[in-house]
Amino acid sequence: MVKFNRFTLNNGLRVIVHEDNTTPMAVLNILYDVGARDEDPEQTGFAHLFEHLMFGGSANIPNYDGPLQRVGGENNAFTSNDITNYYITLPSANLETAFWLESDRMLNLAFSEKSLEVQRNVVIEEFKQRYLNQPYGDVWLKLRPMVYKQHPYRWATIGKTIKHIEDAKIEDVKAFFKKHYTPQSAIMVVGGDVKTEDIKVLAEKWFGSIPAGEKYVRDLPQEQPQIEERRETVVAKVPLNDVYIAFQMEGRVDDSYYPVELMSDILSRGNSSRLYRSLVKEKHIFSEVHAYITGSLDKGMFVLEGKPLENVSIEQAEEALWQELERLKNEDVPADELTKVKNKTEATMVFSEMSLLDKAMNLAFYELMGDADGFNHESARFLAVTATQIKAHANKIFRKENSSTLVYLAQSVNEPIQVISE
Amino acid sequence: MSILNRQTPPQFNGVENINLIHPESTKLANGCNIFTFNSGDLDLVRIEWIFSNFRFDPKKPLLNVAVNTMLTEGTHKLTAAQIADKVDFYGAFLQVDYSYDLSQVTLFTLTKHLQATLPVVKDILTDSIFPEKELETFVRNQQQKLQVSLQKNDFVARRVFNKALYGETIYGLAAEPEDFRSLKREDLLANYKQMYQPGNCNIIIAGKADPQILEVVTKTFEGAWGEVTIPADTTQPELQPSAERFIYLEKADALQSAIRIGTPFVNRTHPDFPALQVLNTVLGGYFGSRLMANIREDKGYTYGIGSGMSSFKQTGAFFIASEVGADVCKAAVVEIEKEVNLLKDELIPEEELSLVRNFMLGSLLGSLENVLSHADKFKNLHFAGLDYDYYERYTQTVKNITAEELKALANKYFDFDNFYKVIVGKY
Repeated sequence: MVKFNRFTLNNGLRVIVHEDNTTPMAVLNILYDVGARDEDPEQTGFAHLFEHLMFGGSANIPNYDGPLQRVGGENNAFTSNDITNYYITLPSANLETAFWLESDRMLNLAFSEKSLEVQRNVVIEEFKQRYLNQPYGDVWLKLRPMVYKQHPYRWATIGKTIKHIEDAKIEDVKAFFKKHYTPQSAIMVVGGDVKTEDIKVLAEKWFGSIPAGEKYVRDLPQEQPQIEERRETVVAKVPLNDVYIAFQMEGRVDDSYYPVELMSDILSRGNSSRLYRSLVKEKHIFSEVHAYITGSLDKGMFVLEGKPLENVSIEQAEEALWQELERLKNEDVPADELTKVKNKTEATMVFSEMSLLDKAMNLAFYELMGDADGFNHESARFLAVTATQIKAHANKIFRKENSSTLVYLAQSVNEPIQVISE
Repeated sequence: MSILNRQTPPQFNGVENINLIHPESTKLANGCNIFTFNSGDLDLVRIEWIFSNFRFDPKKPLLNVAVNTMLTEGTHKLTAAQIADKVDFYGAFLQVDYSYDLSQVTLFTLTKHLQATLPVVKDILTDSIFPEKELETFVRNQQQKLQVSLQKNDFVARRVFNKALYGETIYGLAAEPEDFRSLKREDLLANYKQMYQPGNCNIIIAGKADPQILEVVTKTFEGAWGEVTIPADTTQPELQPSAERFIYLEKADALQSAIRIGTPFVNRTHPDFPALQVLNTVLGGYFGSRLMANIREDKGYTYGIGSGMSSFKQTGAFFIASEVGADVCKAAVVEIEKEVNLLKDELIPEEELSLVRNFMLGSLLGSLENVLSHADKFKNLHFAGLDYDYYERYTQTVKNITAEELKALANKYFDFDNFYKVIVGKY
């Protein structure tokens, strides 16, 4: 049970305080309700590029990191298709420094050309490092546009192409900030060795005077139900063949999230899971195989992925995956197996309460979904799932006409490596 | 109400006291040490069984790692499937981990399920049989995994670097896919019996680790573990550094090059180690470091660059690592050299040094999030043969070391021309 207090400033900034006096540290987490899904299709990768620019100095503070490090603090941020999340941990005695820094960059950024130029290069290197210069690194660049035809989830957070990042202009950056970085688009969670009364004073002092800005009304094209089987095969410089099958599923706030998440656990969580047990250990089809869901706020993806052994054909590999899906569609999950995945989920919730930062991030995300207290009821919702629900959702999701299959075929990569000494 | 001054930072406080929780310890008659870190209000417990690695045999390079990884693959009583079922059913996590010096098994469980899960650990530590069928699966899958890793430039750079520094030893191990085929079940069994014995075991309990829990663990692991054998030989062969200090593996179509530059180094037991950590932090040990400020934030050559120090039982390493645009690889190496030499030529300005001091102390404080983190700090000390004075020395050094002393250390330890330099990609 994670206790918290909650209040809202006049400019719309939502603030949540979680007092945890077992630590001498404090966390300040700010979630902005903007992600890659809010981008212009011709300017993709922008939410993430913008996240980098948030560290390039603000209206009154030329350098963000230095003053924080000077008081013993650390920070980072991440961008997803749905949200952009910034966090600071620091000794609680120095918490006000975090308020000073975060409020100034919510107030206004410095918008330096130099910072934009450098961060464009840094993000381009990130694009290469994570998506292009790795075997299978480009999978999301290929799979997303297969699963999504209308919704902006069809591009990855990093962007569709490097070109979009190269083309980013300072005016675009300013407009993005004005549109999305307002107090009413933000949820702030302060946690750790703190008192709610002190946080009320600090929040009012540092954030209270920031103008509310205009409310951003999200109006995204929603993805239409898929009605045809989709398939793509790429021959790539990868060492092994690889099969991905992605299905559309409902979004994170839908009730079906709970049975479907448990279904992915039944398939793929731990060494007792069905895919590992049956397809890796017993039938020797794959060297590794996984199932997971993206947990997206709008329509999400249920993904299966496996690297077949070298003597196994792609057809055999796909057939083996479908057999496991058919089993979920046709047979009730045995009571013991359902209890098993519920126990695992319950334990994981308890373990996650060991980390102050995890708690803060979770409170912010649940508040975004409607109510921070939802975090405390999550276990109960998983425990309530029945075998009948799982079977029903399996039948709804695992249909050929709801599937997108992406196959990597390995082209020989055994080029001799040249060794040169100086 | 006065107008808010946003230019001036708020007042701040230095980190004064860092209190580390010390463990309670007992030694069982069979030689096994138990250390407990109790935080009674929790409902969960993490128990680690940690063993020093058996002496490395260059002819059987993968033996230690294979034995560790396959501990969950079957015992006389339980098949791999039954082990997985038991652990997963109770929502517990059973993990095996292998590092250069140590092999370990970790159980992470709600305390209400400890009675059900602990016997599984007992079984795998005392009665594993490494079934032939599971070994075949292991070999096949590991070969495939390695093939994928070998296509990643940073993975290749790391192993080529380690091989150059340490040669055919446990630290320089750079296995090829075919090495997996030489694994023999009887070798695994022999290694297992000699290495996984109570005299070579440290048990660390953190979380709810009250006397009741300790008693359950003691009862389960006291007495003989199978047949008594000679003490485990955990000595290691001499290191064999390579004479060649520049290694370039060209990858014709690389978009980025992986760079790894460094040298064998002192480890945590050396008196200079804490001061060198300050020097390392200035150079590449945090987001605001000189390498990041120059090569990422000024030049935009990379997504990330850093330096680090590894501390092993027998040796240590200092290294700088990055993946940079293939077209700017040479330029990046030039900048790295500049930054290393600057530490030798010029004093670190007091403003920068005081920032690093505060950052390092805040970071140490922040790393002590819960009782499990206190146990992790203890492991750093215990397996290096150090006691808690180390952290006292560490904090005093961070607070008091002077720019002059750091410059002298840079001159004593950093010789860029003599560093090993590995490039994988284009240069």
